[in-house]
Amino acid sequence: MKEQAPLLEVENLNVRFHLRTGTVEAVRGVSFSLGRERLGIVGESGSGKSQTGRAILGLTPPPGEITADRLTFDGIDLLSIPRRQLRNLRGGRMTMVMQDPKYSLNPVMTIGDQMIEAYRAHKRASRKEAREKALEMLEAVQMRNPGRVFSLYPHEASGGMGQRAMIAMMLVTDPDFLIADEPTSALDVTVQQEVLRILDRLVAERGMGLIFVSHDLRLVSSFCDRVLVMYGGKVMEELASGDLESAHHPYTRGLMNCLPALEGSAHPLPTLRRDPAWTE
Amino acid sequence: MTGTFERTQTLREWLTDNEPSSRTQARFGRAYLSWRSLSRNPLAMLGLIVVVGLILVAIFADQLATQSPFIGGDLRTERLQPPSAEHWLGTDSQARDIYSRLVHGSRLTLMIVVLVTVIAMPVGLLIGTVAGYAGGWLDSVLMRITDIFLAFPRLILALAFVAALGPGIENAIIAIAITAWPPYARIARAETLTIRNSDFIAAVRLQGASTPRIIARHIMPLCLPSVIVRVTLDMAGIILTAAGLGFLGLGAQPPMPEWGAMIASGRQYIIDYWWVATMPGIAIFVVSLGFNLLGDGLRDVLDPKAAR
Amino acid sequence: MIDIRDLSVVFGSGNLRVEAVKGLSLQVAEGESFGLVGESGSGKSTVLRAICGLAPVSGGTIAIGEKPVSVPRKRDFFATVQMVFQDPYGSLHPRQTVDQILSEPLAIHRMDNRDKRIVRTLTDVGLGPTFRFRFPHQLSGGQRQRVAIARALILDPSVILLDEPTSALDASVQAEILNLLELLRKEHNLTYILVSHDLAVVAHLCDRMLVMRNGTMVEETDTEHLRAGEAKTAYTRALMKATEGFTRAEPATRTELQ
Repeated sequence: MKEQAPLLEVENLNVRFHLRTGTVEAVRGVSFSLGRERLGIVGESGSGKSQTGRAILGLTPPPGEITADRLTFDGIDLLSIPRRQLRNLRGGRMTMVMQDPKYSLNPVMTIGDQMIEAYRAHKRASRKEAREKALEMLEAVQMRNPGRVFSLYPHEASGGMGQRAMIAMMLVTDPDFLIADEPTSALDVTVQQEVLRILDRLVAERGMGLIFVSHDLRLVSSFCDRVLVMYGGKVMEELASGDLESAHHPYTRGLMNCLPALEGSAHPLPTLRRDPAWTE
Repeated sequence: MTGTFERTQTLREWLTDNEPSSRTQARFGRAYLSWRSLSRNPLAMLGLIVVVGLILVAIFADQLATQSPFIGGDLRTERLQPPSAEHWLGTDSQARDIYSRLVHGSRLTLMIVVLVTVIAMPVGLLIGTVAGYAGGWLDSVLMRITDIFLAFPRLILALAFVAALGPGIENAIIAIAITAWPPYARIARAETLTIRNSDFIAAVRLQGASTPRIIARHIMPLCLPSVIVRVTLDMAGIILTAAGLGFLGLGAQPPMPEWGAMIASGRQYIIDYWWVATMPGIAIFVVSLGFNLLGDGLRDVLDPKAAR
Repeated sequence: MIDIRDLSVVFGSGNLRVEAVKGLSLQVAEGESFGLVGESGSGKSTVLRAICGLAPVSGGTIAIGEKPVSVPRKRDFFATVQMVFQDPYGSLHPRQTVDQILSEPLAIHRMDNRDKRIVRTLTDVGLGPTFRFRFPHQLSGGQRQRVAIARALILDPSVILLDEPTSALDASVQAEILNLLELLRKEHNLTYILVSHDLAVVAHLCDRMLVMRNGTMVEETDTEHLRAGEAKTAYTRALMKATEGFTRAEPATRTELQ
């Protein structure tokens, strides 16, 4: 990629939840910028990785509070634009694929109708055009029979099929930027590969920016160009995925070492020693 | 933790300790947390005050009542008197002090409420959990019986039972209890269905626990909160049914100061002497509302699904 | 120790008939750790549930320690065979303290010295007595799973069935639980059957394993053969590949992007 303004710029992002029991700081001072590339955010539960993705799209659930020195998408300040405009942007130029398609698809509408609706909400198009576009998209996610999938209800689709349909639906508006939050964690490992390959190809073909949020360090580093490692709401380390072996932060190293490997691993497995200083 | 440190701990710290050191502490800690969230709800607290107030009035009725609830004054001069310094809420057609009758009537109301709960709740809970856990034909039989009871309006069914058993406060209570359990059975069954296939029930089965043990020790405690909530919400209805039976002359018999019967006796004077029927009406309204508010608050505290 | 021959499990009947397990046989020696690998719907968890009587056995035999299991299982069976479930959030009673959870099996089996046993088992699983009176909601996922392991362990069984014991946990917690399971097996001379979708986890904990798909066995192999890359079937090779993370089918796409 040549010199180009980054697609997404995040500077000192904080997400706080003011609860009865006190304030929880879910994300603390996260900064990064994203071009038309694949960025992975890795962390364990409670690391703030998902909240980072949600905050960018303005999907932080109440009573969450977002602050940032800078949060821009293609030059648009996401923190100050009106909510209506943000909604237009979201689902249009930036979208999100979530973990389980069962919970993110409308159960009483067919997959096709939902795609048409999504398309027409953001593009001026006739129903016929939208339908063609939807079928085209279903074909792009390698559905063997797009016409049949089009008229299925979400519960009639298998896990992998549902997730591919979800990807098709999210990409039907030709977004520039996609957040995939654990998109394959609910899938079987063999199906996972297939879905990731489709996602990979689409992102590459369309030159989209992608943030891939996952707990799986191996998966993220083999899929993405760069990886942010998060812990306790903070970024521990940013790495090019090829440099994973030379990671120097103890948390990243600990995460890598504690996974059992097929080729053989230490008995007992090295465990992660958490240093309270990491989150200070 | 050393002994000296424990002594310097405040009660509050002891209750909210994340590492309780005894069964009692764990139990009290849990109760304290429930209490704290209930006490944050002003309406629920209002309901609680009303219910506690009812209990206190019932206990101290003899001290609180200014006159006898049964024997009135001079029928020529003291009948149907409006509220005054002497008779705070006026007198009824038998020249009895309405305030004293209301105070003593709280005992009857409380007795109805307690007895109905004691009879209907265990029955409903048992039938519901057994039906839900056993499934199959037993479930069908128990639930069809429940449906039959649910199909009749409560007051009509209670009327039929009282007609069969004969009028009187005891029979009224039994009749109300018989009509009150089906909703609890339904709730307990629905709750049981959601937990019977959970891993923690499978785990107890794998420890060799018998079916009665699983139902009594593992399923019932989880169904209890929602049933308790439903019972408190139903209290208003139970009081009204009892009052309705009293109003129809099938519940408490004269001269018992039952609130419904008091309204019934005031009915014929309602235009000229409004207070005779209105005062017990207000009492029924306040107590019913109190139970309702408390039930609503308890639902937020006890029902994990409604919370957060 | 465990001898399963020609096991089949069928749920429902008529149109709803599902054959979850078809003609599966496996033998596990005493003190051995045996793996069952497969994806969702492969029937691997159903095998475990059939062993302990939570799923109906429609054909074949199951024997534990030379003796065929009785139907329904008797109390002494549960003193020999215990199970640890996948989801530590769903496998602990939400309104019982750790103490109550661990007392229950002791009460059912009328064991004595309950206090001592509870404290000892809690120490065995690395929790310690301070955890005894906590409720599950006061524990982390890893701590809950330790409680679940303690519950399985407290009756001193000789066989523990592990149903995806780490798949709901973070990677670093998974390592701790795997270490604990390995340690406990040595200390208590336990026999394990471990069910998992993750070949790496199974290879770490087990010497021998069975790969399952759609209720039937695909291949029986051992860790040495796997490490040497000698998987017989394409399916096993696909599973092996998946443990390495994502692999691009056509490396061309990557250069196109840059």
